[in-house]
Amino acid sequence: MDTKAHNEMVPKIRLRGLAKAFGEKKVLDGVDLDIRAGHGMVILGGSGSGKSVTIKCILGLIQPDAGTIEVDGRDILAMPRRERDELNDRIGMLFQNGALFDSLPVWENVCFKLLAQKRITRAKARDKAAEVLAQVGLAASVGDLSPAELSGGMQKRVGLARAIAAQPDIIFFDEPTTGLDPIMGAVIDGLIVDVVKRLGATAVSITHDMASARRIGDDAAMLHKGKIVWRGPAATLGDTGNAMVDQFARGERDGPIQMELRR
Amino acid sequence: MDLVLNPVAAVGRGVLSACRTVGAVALFALQGLSHLVRPPFYGRLFLRHLVEIAYFSLPVVALTAIFTGMVLALQSYTGFARFNAEGAVANVVVLSITRELGPVIAALMVAGRIGAAFAAEIGTMRVTDQIDALTTLSTNPMKYLVTPRLLAGVVALPFLVVVADVLGVMGGWLIGTTKLGFASLSYLKATMDFLQTMDVVSGLVKASVFGFVITLMGCWCGYNSKGGAQGVGAATTAAVVSSSILILALDYVLTEMFFAR
Repeated sequence: MDTKAHNEMVPKIRLRGLAKAFGEKKVLDGVDLDIRAGHGMVILGGSGSGKSVTIKCILGLIQPDAGTIEVDGRDILAMPRRERDELNDRIGMLFQNGALFDSLPVWENVCFKLLAQKRITRAKARDKAAEVLAQVGLAASVGDLSPAELSGGMQKRVGLARAIAAQPDIIFFDEPTTGLDPIMGAVIDGLIVDVVKRLGATAVSITHDMASARRIGDDAAMLHKGKIVWRGPAATLGDTGNAMVDQFARGERDGPIQMELRR
Repeated sequence: MDLVLNPVAAVGRGVLSACRTVGAVALFALQGLSHLVRPPFYGRLFLRHLVEIAYFSLPVVALTAIFTGMVLALQSYTGFARFNAEGAVANVVVLSITRELGPVIAALMVAGRIGAAFAAEIGTMRVTDQIDALTTLSTNPMKYLVTPRLLAGVVALPFLVVVADVLGVMGGWLIGTTKLGFASLSYLKATMDFLQTMDVVSGLVKASVFGFVITLMGCWCGYNSKGGAQGVGAATTAAVVSSSILILALDYVLTEMFFAR
């Protein structure tokens, strides 16, 4: 088998039996999921369904209780620390609220990883930041501002610039359009699609926003009560034939998903 | 029976919880210190925190030290006058300031300023995912956030205590010469004659230990804060209260070590 055929067969990320509990509460209860290389996967699910915990497990921010996580066919939970660090170098992440460092100007935020790894000098980092900011539609002058001076949309763009500055081959997006107006949401989605395509990266997004899911995803999977209950093409969301997914995608009150109301 | 056992169980749970916390803080400190000898080193961050602690705490430490020295001179004079021992005022002021009050007052002031600031900054970073972001950006949060602060605290506090010692003694001299009738030169001579190297050194060692404790508790409370603004507020309060108590408790332990006969 040639390398290309092998790469197409082996998923970029493979989760098997992933489980995580916090005290008595099971958040992930045996998640199985394959994410194709070079494609966009959108993970859907209600609040508390375990979407964020899933990507935090893949990123190494949370240690799962059971299961395996493979990237390029290698179990990352069993990897030596050095190899795990090298893998992290190939990963970018856009956090829901941007998670920009308040104490640093925008240009230093954007080039943080490159500076931390001494892949670039401070003198050259400003030019590099201007170049990456241009890719997300921001002027070079934004680089001198502090994150507190930016609007929500600009913070997302800077977060995106920071995620792609080191040219990762896997990028995670946590609720990329939350808190943005519909037009700005569409702009951010467009930028995500552009940069992911340009880098040839694998994108994993979690979102509640169906319009966003259809725009940025090739594939989609739905997480409910800690398990993957459906997977399929993102374009079919709302018309999948799966009552649970269709209820969620259409935002209907009545259906198989029952809201757990607390008195 | 439950009436007897419930309070005992509650005490037991409290003790176990306290032991867990002490162990966790100790491991946190060891983890922070272990990065001192492993690259990469964040010299720029260390200098930033050093300036933040040593330079920007100078006014508050200077003012409290001067007033402490003034009050000490006044109080010891009125007390010693009852035994016709007014001449010992300079000796008492310099010993009290260098051995105890200089380090303790400076540390308590820095705990209020820096311990709170560190806990609030790191706590905010925790609840806004900035600490997770550091990890995803191939940066060890302990090495980046904690180690430079610990080192800056250990280095900065002795400097502040030297300033507090000098200004505290000057405060005593000011009151002694302007209000209590001491001759300027004889007051200073009595001060210098009575002072021993160990008095100053013990104060500086205490300062380093206090600097470590203040930055450690600030970092620990911030790093482990939960929830939103309320969690950060609770972490800030916990950092100041715990470091203040530890400063006073460790002051006794260190005094016992240095001066117990």
